[in-house]
Amino acid sequence: MLNFFQLIIIYAGIYALMAIGQNCITGYTGMLSLCHAGFFCIGSYVTAILCKTFGLSFWLTIPVAAIAAGFVGFLIGVPTLRLKGDYLCIATLGLGEIIRNIATNLNPVGYQAIPRASLFGYEFSARGKWQFIALVWVFVLVFYFLFQRLAHSRIGRALNAVREDEIAAQSNGINVTKYKIGSFTLGAAVGGVAGCFMAAYTATVNPGTFTFMVSVMVLCMVVLGGMGNGKGVILGAFIIQFISYFPQLFGLSSIIPAQAQQIIYGLILVVMMIWRPQGLLGRDKFRYGIEKRRLAIPHKGARKEGGRA
Amino acid sequence: MRILETEHLSRIFGGVVAVNDVNFQVEKGLVNGLIGPNGAGKTTLFNQITGMDKPTKGRIIFNDQDITGLPAWKISRLGIARTFQNIRLYKDLTVVENVMTGLHFTVGRDPFKGRFAQAFKSYFTAGSENKDVYLQAMEWLEFFSLEDSAQELAGSLPYGKQRELEIARALAAKPSLLFLDEPAAGMNPAETEHLMDTVNRIRDLGVTIVLIEHDMKLVMNICDQITVLSFGQKIAQGTPEEIKNDSTVIEAYLGAPDEEEE
Repeated sequence: MLNFFQLIIIYAGIYALMAIGQNCITGYTGMLSLCHAGFFCIGSYVTAILCKTFGLSFWLTIPVAAIAAGFVGFLIGVPTLRLKGDYLCIATLGLGEIIRNIATNLNPVGYQAIPRASLFGYEFSARGKWQFIALVWVFVLVFYFLFQRLAHSRIGRALNAVREDEIAAQSNGINVTKYKIGSFTLGAAVGGVAGCFMAAYTATVNPGTFTFMVSVMVLCMVVLGGMGNGKGVILGAFIIQFISYFPQLFGLSSIIPAQAQQIIYGLILVVMMIWRPQGLLGRDKFRYGIEKRRLAIPHKGARKEGGRA
Repeated sequence: MRILETEHLSRIFGGVVAVNDVNFQVEKGLVNGLIGPNGAGKTTLFNQITGMDKPTKGRIIFNDQDITGLPAWKISRLGIARTFQNIRLYKDLTVVENVMTGLHFTVGRDPFKGRFAQAFKSYFTAGSENKDVYLQAMEWLEFFSLEDSAQELAGSLPYGKQRELEIARALAAKPSLLFLDEPAAGMNPAETEHLMDTVNRIRDLGVTIVLIEHDMKLVMNICDQITVLSFGQKIAQGTPEEIKNDSTVIEAYLGAPDEEEE
């Protein structure tokens, strides 16, 4: 039982990274993309190939995977981000499948016995679950804080503006194309990082892991937790992972078939869209820490002197 | 002095000539009105000048610089701001965040550093920068007496306030030229009165204003110069008095000569 809980926490961590990336694309910028499994796949393959064939350390493969996935995201983004809404969705769906098919043709059985990650002589094997939990969740926290920071900077405001109204964003001097491609690239890169951990934990990669359902699952996490809410998507990752391991956890796998998951994801998406489109936690409200100090705000004269507050 | 000028500007949509060879001049520091019957090409002209649409023919000169065909975001960075006929606010963001977004290209830029450095700096100084931007945005909200609704969602404001918020967002970047596309549409007389006052205060800030409007009382009261379009062509230009007495305008726009215009 404990074993299962640990497993859920590990996978929730890996998928939380994916969800953070998807949140950047869908939550902040409002682009409905369905190819996160593709970026996940690229990250896993980069780690697998570099570790196994070139004997590189796991740590070095993380930036390489991020850059590779980000680059592919950029290449996909340039032509497809002119599309909107469901058209973009279909285009990215196809591209995600293309990535998986390339992986299948590259090596249909994938890679086995990938060398484990190690730190100061300690090897993160599948047995040391607590240690791996620590490893994954450190990265989740780092990316969580990086993206919170992003969301609340000038860049984050620009991404929100692009999501809300592209034409108005242009009229405010925001280069819409640049921000859309940037956010897509960044989201893809984080998906790649998640892939590294998948390869490191399972020590095997095979194309069958990176199906379209993975993309749907990640999108589901973002929608469930709350689009544009950093904490929400992590919560979403937990809930979805729990649901997908629920039958095994309570020994019901003989009664509830694995395909039931897909029905549940679909139900979650539909139910959320009808009753709580903003997600469980809703959109992240940012406090600037000075709302109450109204007296500190200089009056109209200040602007004419050209002075900033 | 002319701040903006279009030379032989035309826009053809398929077989429809929406804007036909228009020479439109905007005088600096004045409130310039642009009027004309529905479908006269006023908004198309606005869209071309602000880069939302590309001219088929002709040139647009802003401050002696040719801005024809530049993308909208570049044009807005040169100092041309606009509002929209159908209000385009960031409805799910708060009122203050809307104005903060309007300040987008005025913050986080350091002329001595490269563009990457700027983005990097903006990212890591978000805390202090946010406060700075927040306070600037609040100043603009005070200008429009919207400061009490600062934390509300923009979409939840009443209609008249949404119009004002859109103007606040456009003004935040300190443009030298402001285009208002039917700012009084859907407003009641009290709100229109308030808008006239607001437009005058914006002019006092030194911003040149161009406005499209159907409310003749408003146009005749606050515009210093009026240009009249009809079927894509400029048919008259002059002071409100001249326009009122122009026979071409009366024929094309205001109806039969003996009719009262308001």
